[in-house]
Amino acid sequence: MSVATQRIPDAASERRLEDIRREAERAGRVAAVGVRPAGAPFPVASPEKGYYGLPLLKPPTWTWEIPLYFFVGGAAGASALIAPLASAAAGASGARAAAEDETPRPAGRGTASDARWIAFGGSLLSAALLIRDLGRPGRFLAMLRVFKTSSPMSMGAWTLAVFGSATAAAKFAEMARDELGDAWPVRLATFTADGAAAATGMVLSTYTGVLIGATAVPVWNENIAILPIHFAASGVASAASLLELRGHDDQGLHWLGTLAAVAETLAGAAIEVRTDRALEPLKRGRPGWLTRAGGFLSGPIPLALRLMAKRRPGLRRAAAACAIAGSLLTRFGWVAAGAASTRDPAPPLQLNEPGA
Amino acid sequence: MPVTAFLTDSTLCIGCKACEVACKEWNLVPEDGLTWRGLSYDNTATLGHSTWRHVKFVERTPEPGVGGNRGEQFTWEFSSDVCKHCEHAGCLEACPTGALVRTEFGGVYLQPDVCNGCGYCVVACPFGVLDRRPEDGRAFKCTFCYDRQKAGLTPACAKACPTESILFGEIGDLRERAAKRVESLTQQGVEDAVLYDPRDTSVGGIHAMFIVRGDPKSYNLPPAPEVPTVYLRTGWISAATAALLMLAGGVYAFMGGNGNGHQNGGGRRREGGRAAGARRRAESGRPSPATAREGQSLSPPPRA
Repeated sequence: MSVATQRIPDAASERRLEDIRREAERAGRVAAVGVRPAGAPFPVASPEKGYYGLPLLKPPTWTWEIPLYFFVGGAAGASALIAPLASAAAGASGARAAAEDETPRPAGRGTASDARWIAFGGSLLSAALLIRDLGRPGRFLAMLRVFKTSSPMSMGAWTLAVFGSATAAAKFAEMARDELGDAWPVRLATFTADGAAAATGMVLSTYTGVLIGATAVPVWNENIAILPIHFAASGVASAASLLELRGHDDQGLHWLGTLAAVAETLAGAAIEVRTDRALEPLKRGRPGWLTRAGGFLSGPIPLALRLMAKRRPGLRRAAAACAIAGSLLTRFGWVAAGAASTRDPAPPLQLNEPGA
Repeated sequence: MPVTAFLTDSTLCIGCKACEVACKEWNLVPEDGLTWRGLSYDNTATLGHSTWRHVKFVERTPEPGVGGNRGEQFTWEFSSDVCKHCEHAGCLEACPTGALVRTEFGGVYLQPDVCNGCGYCVVACPFGVLDRRPEDGRAFKCTFCYDRQKAGLTPACAKACPTESILFGEIGDLRERAAKRVESLTQQGVEDAVLYDPRDTSVGGIHAMFIVRGDPKSYNLPPAPEVPTVYLRTGWISAATAALLMLAGGVYAFMGGNGNGHQNGGGRRREGGRAAGARRRAESGRPSPATAREGQSLSPPPRA
């Protein structure tokens, strides 16, 4: 702030004062820019700016637990799908190996076992994160008071409840098979539990996109058609990558990781080509950095690494690590973008838009 | 029971904030910040978990002649904002616990003893009304004075309003009165008076209507509020597509174009000692009979 008492008078300043006096004597008034008080021009409410530009919507109250839950739940759900597939693939390749009189490699079996662990552990961790996020953690069971199809969160709570039970049953059935052998009741139990876990797992990996999409938050609801697919790909990539980093080299995991990276690349491109005002949080500021970094680490980078992994197998692990980091950043980025979106009154008030 | 509503007429509001005070006192709503916004004389700023009535101070550029203002003066209106109690309420649809219910008076009521603080109603409201009270953990909003209405009384804000800017009554009556009021204002020369009641959007109308001057956007009233359930259909179709893609991708990756199983083996061998060692470690926990079985009665047993 300039302080008037420190100004040093000079010829120009004195001439200006004399000009003002002459102007006042001649015209009876002086036309000048005048002094603007601090903060001027004062804000006004207008159809162009809304109510002083104050946000119209409320930001989500969710803290780190919810984006982390999106990651954990997504990975757990996809793992529940991978378990029976890896198990079946191991069976098939084992049979082929037998036909060719080769030493069997039951790699898929260890993969399936670890996938069931991730699914079951993930369901427990998911529940813990959700409970922690509640304003009243003691009231988690209030979620199961009603079954409400109009509420994706109600659907999610029920899905997680069934998923948790199914993954526990699947793990238990697997242990029973290890102990008791492959009698038909055990096989039936494994089949049923794996099936239920895989089915609810697919819902768990995808519904979070509906959850945030079916809200009043512009950046989320503008993307509701893409979010479930985006989150499913993210979940599949992180599940496959976690298993790869655990030391499983099934070709199926590599393929899944590749497909997910393709899907993530396409999802990122679909967002980047659109220029709606509502999508700005995905392209600006901290949320923009998060979602874009997450997008690169989930899409093009692991895709390139996986394509090169044919010659240099070590790159597969690098791709897996990238995909996990990308998935985490993506989830945090989307929640941060939602918060940023609610701070912009332009989309809900249809400001700066033709025809508004 | 008659369906009741508010009609808030900003052409009568004098900005006294009696409604804010009456609401806080009757409903025992805690203090939620006494800060200077520096935007206008409105320092309440928004509705929230502990502000259920909020008088907006709509200062605008001079509009000579409108409403009797002289050209060099500001155009200045007040409008007491409140939960809209939507016909199709996003918060009510989204609430996973059933804490939010529709009352016999047609209002949307949040049962505080059921709310578990999930925060989903906060992002489901197209008007930004609900919020979670941090020190309590639950969400709160205008109750439409459900307790007073059950006792046959007028809501606290309407009762305290000294100019009858806040009218309370049966919704059909109020809609009629609103139409007449807008008409008479127009005849008096207040030609920019409009009724805000978005009945042609997915919200389907609101139980707290507003008569405002000029474009409702200046009052942060959205021109096309949408109840978020309209996005559900697209969302679940996309989720089903995503699930199918997951399944198809998974089956293709593990079973597809096989011979893969065999190539896999080659790939693994090439990957050499470290990967194989890791695999052995992963499997060595339980050298069980089933291990061989999964390879369909193959011998010899696993290398581990």
